[in-house]
Amino acid sequence: MEGTDTAKNRTRKQRDNVWRRRALGAILPILIIICWEIAAILIDNEFILPRLESVLAVLAAPTVDILGSGSLINNALLSIERVIMGFGLAALVGIPVGLVMGYWQRVEDFIDTTVQLFRPIPPLAWIPLALAWFKTGIVSMTFIIFIGSVFPVLLNTVDGVKSVNKTWVESARTFGASQRQVLAKVIMPASLPTIWTGLRVGFGIAWMCVVAAEMLPGTTSGLGYLIMYAYNWGQVQVIIAGMIVIGLIGLLIDGLFRVIEHQRFRWRGMTR
Amino acid sequence: MEGNDKMSLSIKHVSKVFVNEKGEEVTALGDINLEVEEGEFICILGPSGCGKTTLLRIIAGLDDPSSGRAEIGGREITGPAPELAMIFQEYSLYPWRTIIDNTAFGLEVRGISKEERYAKAREYLDLVGLKEFEGSYPYELSGGMRQRVAVARALCSEPQVLLMDEPFGALDAQTRNTMQKELLEIWKKTKKTVIFVTHSVDEAVYLSDRVVVLSPRPSEVREIVTVEQERPRERTSLEFAQVRRYVLSLIHNGNE
Ligand SMILES: Nc1ncnc2c1ncn2[C@@H]1O[C@H](COP(=O)(O)OP(=O)(O)O)[C@@H](O)[C@H]1O
Ligand SMILES: [Mg+2]
Repeated sequence: MEGTDTAKNRTRKQRDNVWRRRALGAILPILIIICWEIAAILIDNEFILPRLESVLAVLAAPTVDILGSGSLINNALLSIERVIMGFGLAALVGIPVGLVMGYWQRVEDFIDTTVQLFRPIPPLAWIPLALAWFKTGIVSMTFIIFIGSVFPVLLNTVDGVKSVNKTWVESARTFGASQRQVLAKVIMPASLPTIWTGLRVGFGIAWMCVVAAEMLPGTTSGLGYLIMYAYNWGQVQVIIAGMIVIGLIGLLIDGLFRVIEHQRFRWRGMTR
Repeated sequence: MEGNDKMSLSIKHVSKVFVNEKGEEVTALGDINLEVEEGEFICILGPSGCGKTTLLRIIAGLDDPSSGRAEIGGREITGPAPELAMIFQEYSLYPWRTIIDNTAFGLEVRGISKEERYAKAREYLDLVGLKEFEGSYPYELSGGMRQRVAVARALCSEPQVLLMDEPFGALDAQTRNTMQKELLEIWKKTKKTVIFVTHSVDEAVYLSDRVVVLSPRPSEVREIVTVEQERPRERTSLEFAQVRRYVLSLIHNGNE
């Protein structure tokens, strides 16, 4: 009994530890909120720093129209729709091209230089060109988001394929697997965790890009548009509420990626 | 298929020259000649780097010889053949597949139905004593158990010849001895031809009908030692010690 007792104690201690660490992490955000509130009271100017309550009031009514430009939820859904378009396209292009580049050295030699030339250009630097080619609208945004997220997806896929254990491939070959079977049954599943990481990173960038792209002149919807529009009307509480929603959505989707990563790719790092 | 009933293996004047990173030619295999009878247990013994893996890979159809040829049943080996199955030292199981899906991999590649390949996989998992682990993942198993799965997976594709490249090299001494014993039992039951690569004299003498002793690079067959002792062999017996000492002397003489 003594043994189980100490084991129980140990798990309790571990649990206490987790809570202690969480509590420690919560201190700073709470301090920031308190400072904010004090500063807001001292400044006493809604157009510079609104009080916490007025931001919460905006967040508490996510379906209510804001200054005739749609509700928080409406605009958030539009932003998500756009990010899915651009990011989806990036995945659709990045994964297959990455697989082919990782698998055939010649294809990589052929494409890699070009990738390295284009990759350092920040996605936002493409905005003027996007506007010149496609005007304001969904095509421009999709293009910017695509540029932003395709490289991490592509490069992680290449990396994933190249780091596939050689013995796995050769085992498959000794069992008579064809090239296509090797690709589908070994290379793909073996590199999936790395590809997934690329998708997660790519999505983070895509989300930044969509908000930035929505701030462009001529845009009339989306979270980026909403906070820019609120600025023009001096509605700082809407700006902050919008920023919080943008952050939360990013956090939520990143968490979703992590949960799936944890469930599906537990074998990663335990390869032996 | 010609020569179907006699699945003997022959290696005729096989050599292999690699070009290393510096662009120099490295002759791994000098001139290897070997005949292996059906059902035989052969060990290939030689110092590290003498080309054992290279030889096995050529037999498995993973590499081409620079000259000479390897034949099975009278036909030249030009690529992976269904009569041959390879068991690697480690890291050959697929960590994202369950044990049964690992075991049935060879059949899956051949397009055998799930029902049929699972039935066969269970049969071989039972043979290696891991039936109750069919739903587990490789990382949940010990090193010895994983190599048992690798053996079951190789047998499941019903080859005639098992090629084993230092399969127990990464295991601790005790597990290694257990695995050797089990492998001999499986060999007796399944009547496969086994070509087993090792750099351990003890392992070679314990397991094989004949020990093929290779010289250092560029390697040739220095001598083939027939081990007459009845199985199961007693490592502490005089006979065992004598054969062991003789094989050791073959290795040492060449290094002087
Ligand atoms: N793909 C390769 N390229 C260049 N040299 C190689 C390659 N494979 C093996 N070698 C060389 O051939 C020799 C024999 O290697 P190997 O067959 O692995 O030996 P062993 O299995 O007996 O330790 C070594 O010197 C090794 O460096
Ligand atoms: Mg080797």
